[in-house]
Amino acid sequence: MSLPDVDVDVAGAARTRHPLRWVASIVLLVLAAQLVSLLVTNPNFQWDVVARYVNAQIIGQGIFTTLLLTVIAMAVGVVLGVLLAIGRLSENPVARVACGLYVWFFRGTPVLVQLVLWYNLSYLLPEISFGVPFGPEFVSADTNVLITPLLAAILGLGLNEGAYMAEIIRGGLMSVDHGQTEAASALGMSGARTFRRIVLPQAMRFIIPPTGSQVISMLKATSLVSVIALADLLYTVQSIYNRTFQTIPLLIVACVWYLMITSILYVGQSFIERHYARGATRNAPQSFWSFLTFRRRPTPEVPS
Amino acid sequence: MTVPMVRARGVRKHFGHLEVLKGIDLEVRQGEVVVVLGPSGSGKSTFLRCVNHLETIDGGSIHVDGELIGFEASGGRVRHLRKREITRQRREIGMVFQQFNLFPHFTVVQNVIEAPVGVRGEPRDQARERAHALLRRVGLEDKAAAYPRQLSGGQQQRVAIARALAMRPKLMLFDEPTSALDPELVGEVLAVMKGLAEDGLTMIVVTHEIGFAREVADRVVFMDDGVVVESGTPADVLDRPASPRTKAFLSRVL
Repeated sequence: MSLPDVDVDVAGAARTRHPLRWVASIVLLVLAAQLVSLLVTNPNFQWDVVARYVNAQIIGQGIFTTLLLTVIAMAVGVVLGVLLAIGRLSENPVARVACGLYVWFFRGTPVLVQLVLWYNLSYLLPEISFGVPFGPEFVSADTNVLITPLLAAILGLGLNEGAYMAEIIRGGLMSVDHGQTEAASALGMSGARTFRRIVLPQAMRFIIPPTGSQVISMLKATSLVSVIALADLLYTVQSIYNRTFQTIPLLIVACVWYLMITSILYVGQSFIERHYARGATRNAPQSFWSFLTFRRRPTPEVPS
Repeated sequence: MTVPMVRARGVRKHFGHLEVLKGIDLEVRQGEVVVVLGPSGSGKSTFLRCVNHLETIDGGSIHVDGELIGFEASGGRVRHLRKREITRQRREIGMVFQQFNLFPHFTVVQNVIEAPVGVRGEPRDQARERAHALLRRVGLEDKAAAYPRQLSGGQQQRVAIARALAMRPKLMLFDEPTSALDPELVGEVLAVMKGLAEDGLTMIVVTHEIGFAREVADRVVFMDDGVVVESGTPADVLDRPASPRTKAFLSRVL
């Protein structure tokens, strides 16, 4: 056996070939070309109709309803989620079980069913009243008057979202090291202050990314309210194509707007994530404002 | 006669069936530095955590500066204190943890002023000024704006000491403050603690640093298996141990 050539120099070595990558790339490019050709040559897309409706005022009203519903239902979901998460982590066994049952029920039934159920609440409870439990009533109202489609939508989407947010928030709270709570206790901080100043801000790092996904899911889930005749983006385009039969172009209009809004949400989410990552890494995160003003990120401080 | 800073009588604590403290008696005078030694599992950290009620004791009593910790005794009846009152008692007792437990989302100076401003209601400017003085004292004034993760372990522990001191505690508890540190970083933390001892702060230190005990402690307490085995001056306990258990422990660590 001969001795290995120790004077070898690996600079300028030939690259490894990847023939399968080439094959996969060519297949994907051909498919992409077909898709583009379909979009351009198929007249059934009716791009002129898309262009006419994409900025129409009635579509704008639908978008406004969709956004309003997303914001309100999400706010209801977050507040409810915080309360449910605290309930599930509390030392009170009754609160723990009650919050657990809530999450079990609202995650275990389809949100579409819940929406229709709230919309038809009057069959179950013709009248809603407030008063002493099993005692006298102070105020009462006809359920059909009280539960408008908008309120049914907020209840259906918000209460459902609360169950999902509860699990996300609970997971976030549990991921904060117990030593943090102990250190705060040892400094004489109250439980509420420890939660607000120490635990919750650190849990946010774990809560924000899945919550961002929830917002995007919620934006799309609002399209379900078209079944209870609430004029959101989808219901608006449906009501137009039911008259004009331009089904495909109007659905494309809806898709364009859903994509536009979700894209903006993605960008917003990434900046919120960076904000809550402060202190989590050795590099200071770039803030939204320094990104906007093209400032360079500060050089990381090296531990001495 | 002045009131002892800490007076523990027959302190018992168990976790499930495991009895961790089997009747601890310990007195610490004002300004005294007591180092608690003992093998792991001897209950020394648990005892320390009982002093500021991070753990609830199952029997006996602990007084700090004449005040019963965690409980209230009146008219022959004893009841658990409310959380509010426990919180108030803890403000007077500083604690430094093995794992530092700095708040990672706050800068160093925010870590130090959080409790004085949020709990004691100190004006922010005044707290900030004092925080800088405390950071100067632990040798980290230039790190005020850094985040904890940007610091070495020794620096983090010194910030944790400054954070505890910011509440002007009358008693400081150190729970193995150097055990999580690389050997070359231990000295800087011990030096800060020695300075505090020289200034007359009352301290209980759980540690494995025999050298620190010999140099700084007024008294050394040796614990094993949930009891105080012996207690005395560093010279007595470390050089002329009476108990064979102390001898065996010292021969392992020295």
